[in-house]
Amino acid sequence: MIGKRHGIEVSIALADAVKLCDADVIAAYPITPQTHIVEHLAELVAEGELDAEYIPVESEHSALSACLGSAAAGARTFTATAGQGLELMHEVLYVASGMRLPIVMAVANRALSAPLSVWGDHSDAMAVRDTGWIQIFTENGQEVVDQIICAFKIAEHHKVLLPVMIHLDGFNLSHVIEPIEMPDKQGVCDFAPHRRSPLTLHPSRPVAMGDFAPPVIFTEAKWAQEQAMLVVKPTIVEIWEQFAEKFGRTYKPVECYKCDGAKNLLFTMGSFSETAMTAVDKLRQAGVDIGLVRLRLWRPFPFEEFCAAVKDAETLLVLDRCISSGGPGGPVASELKSALYKLDKKPKVVSFVGGLGGRDITVAGFEKIIVDGLELAETGQERIFEIVGVRE
Amino acid sequence: MQNLGIYASRLVRKEENFVPGHRACIGCGEALAVRLAAKAFGKNTIVVNATGCMEIVASQLPYTSWKLPWIHTLFENSAAVASGIEAGLKAQMRKGKLPQEDIKVAAIAGDGATLDIGLQALSGAMERGHDFVYLCFDNEAYMNTGIQRSSATPFGASTTTSPAGRAKAGQMSWKKDMPAIAVAHNIPYVATACPSYPFDLIEKVKKGLETRGPTYIHILSVCPTGWRCDTEISVMLGRLAVETGVFPLYEVENGKYKMSMVPDKLKPVKDYMKLQRRFRHLKPEAIDSIQARVVEEYEKLLEKAK
Repeated sequence: MIGKRHGIEVSIALADAVKLCDADVIAAYPITPQTHIVEHLAELVAEGELDAEYIPVESEHSALSACLGSAAAGARTFTATAGQGLELMHEVLYVASGMRLPIVMAVANRALSAPLSVWGDHSDAMAVRDTGWIQIFTENGQEVVDQIICAFKIAEHHKVLLPVMIHLDGFNLSHVIEPIEMPDKQGVCDFAPHRRSPLTLHPSRPVAMGDFAPPVIFTEAKWAQEQAMLVVKPTIVEIWEQFAEKFGRTYKPVECYKCDGAKNLLFTMGSFSETAMTAVDKLRQAGVDIGLVRLRLWRPFPFEEFCAAVKDAETLLVLDRCISSGGPGGPVASELKSALYKLDKKPKVVSFVGGLGGRDITVAGFEKIIVDGLELAETGQERIFEIVGVRE
Repeated sequence: MQNLGIYASRLVRKEENFVPGHRACIGCGEALAVRLAAKAFGKNTIVVNATGCMEIVASQLPYTSWKLPWIHTLFENSAAVASGIEAGLKAQMRKGKLPQEDIKVAAIAGDGATLDIGLQALSGAMERGHDFVYLCFDNEAYMNTGIQRSSATPFGASTTTSPAGRAKAGQMSWKKDMPAIAVAHNIPYVATACPSYPFDLIEKVKKGLETRGPTYIHILSVCPTGWRCDTEISVMLGRLAVETGVFPLYEVENGKYKMSMVPDKLKPVKDYMKLQRRFRHLKPEAIDSIQARVVEEYEKLLEKAK
């Protein structure tokens, strides 16, 4: 059944989804382009529509630190950030995942200074890719709402107990108005009821959290955390299946569009995927053999699903919205190359970097990426990566 | 009451919440202070510990010296983590997810974590009015990492990052007045304490916990390792700090200053400094100027407490 869809700004819909999930604590510091999310949450709390403690902290470092405390006390906890804010949270991110605290955070992806840019790219997300958080990239407003709801259920699941980051592109997604179907309150409560962690800070059962580990135990602690991260994928998939049953929308770790039989594949993450789809449609009509692969689950990386999606392809054109400075192409491209390494028949990977600091890539831009990329795959790529649309 | 000194100790809780077996150095004034504060906490307190000596000496996996729920996360964020715990408990009790009960939150940190790197988080938490007590255990340097200067290091002290040499005579700035910074946040209770005066310390920590809203207690914690003094004189040195006016004991309730102890006559600071080899390079003129500044600050404080 398809419910009623309303035109609503994605950030506002995201905040409404947090309300549907009945969060207990929200700690946040304003940063563009995340601001509309926490402003609307502050309003919901001020109007009594959401019974939560809203902590207007003095920095992003303290925002995530306060979230750490509230999650450690067993409360359902949410925050949102972007760009520099995520960087300021960086050291706290490791603590949250190391302590297995089920915090949910929305990241309105933004470029990193210098030069200062408030506009979108994936530099912030890529800088925190190894922090031990589950990371999910979203493509449109409906997906943002649905993934926020799933995120609480995933994070608090007893087999998971890890923090979850929901990435949405700054401005390109956070500030657009889209038709979105909001799930009903009771449905969300039934689907994702608050499950308190088995170990919380409470005098009835004293525990010590965050002790220091000498060399004889640190490796074991990190290994245990890594094992937890590696086995959560089936649980995430299961929760997405349950979501589909209840709300009728299906989500998978890797999405394929017109990939059947395609020898050439374009790879994107985030909201650019919709523009890329249009380009794929146009080129398909013109007889170009091209499909689109999109990653939703970035951490844990879905190796099996990704390899299955690209195993028959000859060329993989990868668009990164981040420069891995001095490295082997964009961070996503280099990661994909390593994921492909164990395949006997590997597609050629052509690495593109574009859409930095809010630079738009239009349908025509994607068509050019595809055409140029296929040519480079034939002739061989001299540079480590191609930069899209740069004025040299 | 007659013989108060004899009976007062019997009024203190027997139970220990910070138990033996930790790895503090011999003569550690901070371990003594933490033990006394933990007695004042009682069973219904959650402790948030910043990175520093007390976290390192009392929490090595798989052991702990804490019988209370305890959390350590980072160096600079204990006040922010405490804010989150307080808010998390409040929301869950209001919404019926947890039974209503009086659970206290205490953040503890050293002087580096409080006066330097954690000052922003502490200021934010005090400004927002969270209900928690913050205890700064001040041993006057970054002792845990090897005696580097902090902004709580007193003028003239030689540390590994403010060493006394031919061109410089140790720390060249005056100790940051953290209690005054806390008072400037208009919080309901600020106090100074020292484990050399145990009952005073326990009473103040209790008062800090029982007062609604953020409260701050600055506790001088003698560090024989960093102060280069004999290990058996920690308690005596703490007393001398108070008796010389170097570390006066006072409380500030709702902005009103009150001295906890006023010696008839201040002892000379050289009596205090000569027992610590961190000051041994100082020439008599330097000690004289420190003496003058101590008296000046002390008199300003007496004036405020009038």
